[in-house]
Amino acid sequence: MTLLQTRPPLPSDDKRWKLVNATMRRNGYAGHALIETLHSVQDAFGFLDETAMRFVAGSLDLSLSKVYGVATFYHLFLLKPKGRHACVVCTGTACYIKGARGLVEAIQERYAVRPGETTPDGRLSLLTARCVGSCGLAPAVVLDGAMQGNQTAGQVLAKLERLD
Amino acid sequence: MNLDDLADKAEEYRNQDPDITHEARVCMAASCQSSGAPEVMAALHRALTAIPPPAPGERQGDVEGDAERDGDSEGDGTMAGAGLAGPADRVTRGHRCKVKGVGCMGLCSAGPLVAVAEKGAELMASTLYREVRPEDAPAILASVAGPPVARLHCPTDQPFFARQQRIVLENAGVIDPDSFKGYVAVGGYAPLVQALTEMTPAEVLREITLSGLRGRGGGGYPTGLKWSTVAKMPGERKFVICNADEGDPGAFMDRAVLESDPHRVLEGMAIAAYAIGAAKGYVYVRAEYPLAVERLTTAIRKAKRAGFLGGKIAETPFSFEVEIRLGAGAFVCGEETALMASIEGNRGQPRPRPPYPAESGLWGCPTLINNVETFANIAPIVRHGGAWFAGIGTEKSKGTKVFALAGTIENTGLIEVPMGTRLRDIITAIGGGIPGGRAFKAVQTGGPSGGCIPAEHLDIPVDYDGLKTLGTIMGSGGMIVMDETADMVDVARYFMEFCMSESCGKCVPCRAGTQQLHALLDKIAKGEARHQDLALLEELCEVVQATSLCGLGQTAPNPVLSTLRFFRDEYEAKLCAP
Repeated sequence: MTLLQTRPPLPSDDKRWKLVNATMRRNGYAGHALIETLHSVQDAFGFLDETAMRFVAGSLDLSLSKVYGVATFYHLFLLKPKGRHACVVCTGTACYIKGARGLVEAIQERYAVRPGETTPDGRLSLLTARCVGSCGLAPAVVLDGAMQGNQTAGQVLAKLERLD
Repeated sequence: MNLDDLADKAEEYRNQDPDITHEARVCMAASCQSSGAPEVMAALHRALTAIPPPAPGERQGDVEGDAERDGDSEGDGTMAGAGLAGPADRVTRGHRCKVKGVGCMGLCSAGPLVAVAEKGAELMASTLYREVRPEDAPAILASVAGPPVARLHCPTDQPFFARQQRIVLENAGVIDPDSFKGYVAVGGYAPLVQALTEMTPAEVLREITLSGLRGRGGGGYPTGLKWSTVAKMPGERKFVICNADEGDPGAFMDRAVLESDPHRVLEGMAIAAYAIGAAKGYVYVRAEYPLAVERLTTAIRKAKRAGFLGGKIAETPFSFEVEIRLGAGAFVCGEETALMASIEGNRGQPRPRPPYPAESGLWGCPTLINNVETFANIAPIVRHGGAWFAGIGTEKSKGTKVFALAGTIENTGLIEVPMGTRLRDIITAIGGGIPGGRAFKAVQTGGPSGGCIPAEHLDIPVDYDGLKTLGTIMGSGGMIVMDETADMVDVARYFMEFCMSESCGKCVPCRAGTQQLHALLDKIAKGEARHQDLALLEELCEVVQATSLCGLGQTAPNPVLSTLRFFRDEYEAKLCAP
């Protein structure tokens, strides 16, 4: 006897769910596609909320605790939305030696956010990365996806001020 | 397809544009891209188009073609994000030159780099330009036919280049990583076809064993032995995994190899799969390396279409599929059992070994896991033979090693040197010494699992065993140079903070031990510790080292122990009166 597995319906008619569903279908709704699927949720929505995790759990026939466990284990997955702008300070060894901590402290002081947090107005998220691999440009900051090399605290703050 | 057919193809691709004599190669690896290489590339294209075509009837003729005529409808030869559609080859004073995006040329601190070379010439034979700005494009193109542009010239006979020996990186900075034909033109995929059509799996294993190659991910386990173990395992289903989860902060060798020459890694994996009897492979790569992922994806697609991946490779019964799996930012996933857990869609937590992956790995099947650089060494070994490879390097460490040189050093970038090169040569000759007239203090190797080497030990030859005697490890190849201003207690605390937050939490010695070690180091750094704290620190280091489940915890105390060994006075100076 075969059991027909019922998959949950898409949570809403937001087209982005179709992208997520496509990832799962491509992997035959196999449980081992969980990380790929979470990547695709985060690419589409920017973060993972409970609705998304319940939907993924149901579709891949996994428990919600398993999905939540994986989502919280990996640093890259965010459970809260990011701010409109993201400033990632590289804290790899080369950047650290060349003063990355000073950059983090300066931003922290100016905007009252700690690494991993977003300003209350949702304007800026401060993040840190374990080496972005551009050690020749240390200290490096990735501002909204664009790499900025050889930064000083003054330069970074000036760039952040200019953001909308 | 046999070797002769492939050689014909390579010849055909090399002569595809017989009128083109020179190439302006723009480094489009991540570091140069961040310092403005895409703009330089666009400017070179504009400058080429701006050169008026010679009068009709003149021998050099006008241009046809675009960036690279790879005969590929899906945009072969165009580099990510560069937007380089449009005419590219133009006549510059009698020479036909084309602009080409290439991989890493090594000297990242002088980027963006542009090399002008005769078509197909190696990096050393090119005229290299440093810190190129878009407005320099016309001058660079003019130099194709004339003397080099002196103000931008970066001589390739300086020690940084001359002291290197490029095997893994032989194509980096020379070929277009997105071009399948470019790889075949330099002899690519010939070793795979040679293995499939002229060698038995046992013969491949013999060559790899003979070469003396050891795992480049840090462990230094003999590759031939690992392959043979997996090959001997019973079972129909086996897997090959390429570990590209380059998590050590300050290391970017694997990223550069994947961004510069992705086909070579795939070829190495395919040869491995043939030797051990696997039909499926995974590349586990960091999501933090989007460019590497993109180039690898392109390479897999093109290799598959050309019949070098997929079913019945080179018309033999051998089939091999490769899939990419993205990491999600967990350092511990570089550990092989954690990596496999992650591929299976679980939390990346290690499990006790044995059983080793060779026996019971991915989904319980025999699995071969090697690092990117290890796989990148395979094709040259098959091509030239294991004995050739064994002739390079030292008695117990064969071949070359790629290092990422960073920190307070003049020349930051990627280098490849024979095993056994003295550390002093790497830092002073190749690295160009410490900038600003300051004194060298230490070099950190092996990332959070390694240690610091002080000035008095700079004359040791760099190989697996030499570094071990100094309490550090080769690691994957990160080398961070520190000058006299570095605070070694702070450095130890930095690495411990890293291990603490990257500990997966499965075993107590690592989860709780790294917390306590960090607290002790913090206390010392703040000048609040006493002598007994230092003794406690050392004792706890031993416990964590001896009792942790996986490599992360077992090696986490290394940076502390090594700085204690060589810079104990710095710790003692921070202690308050007993």
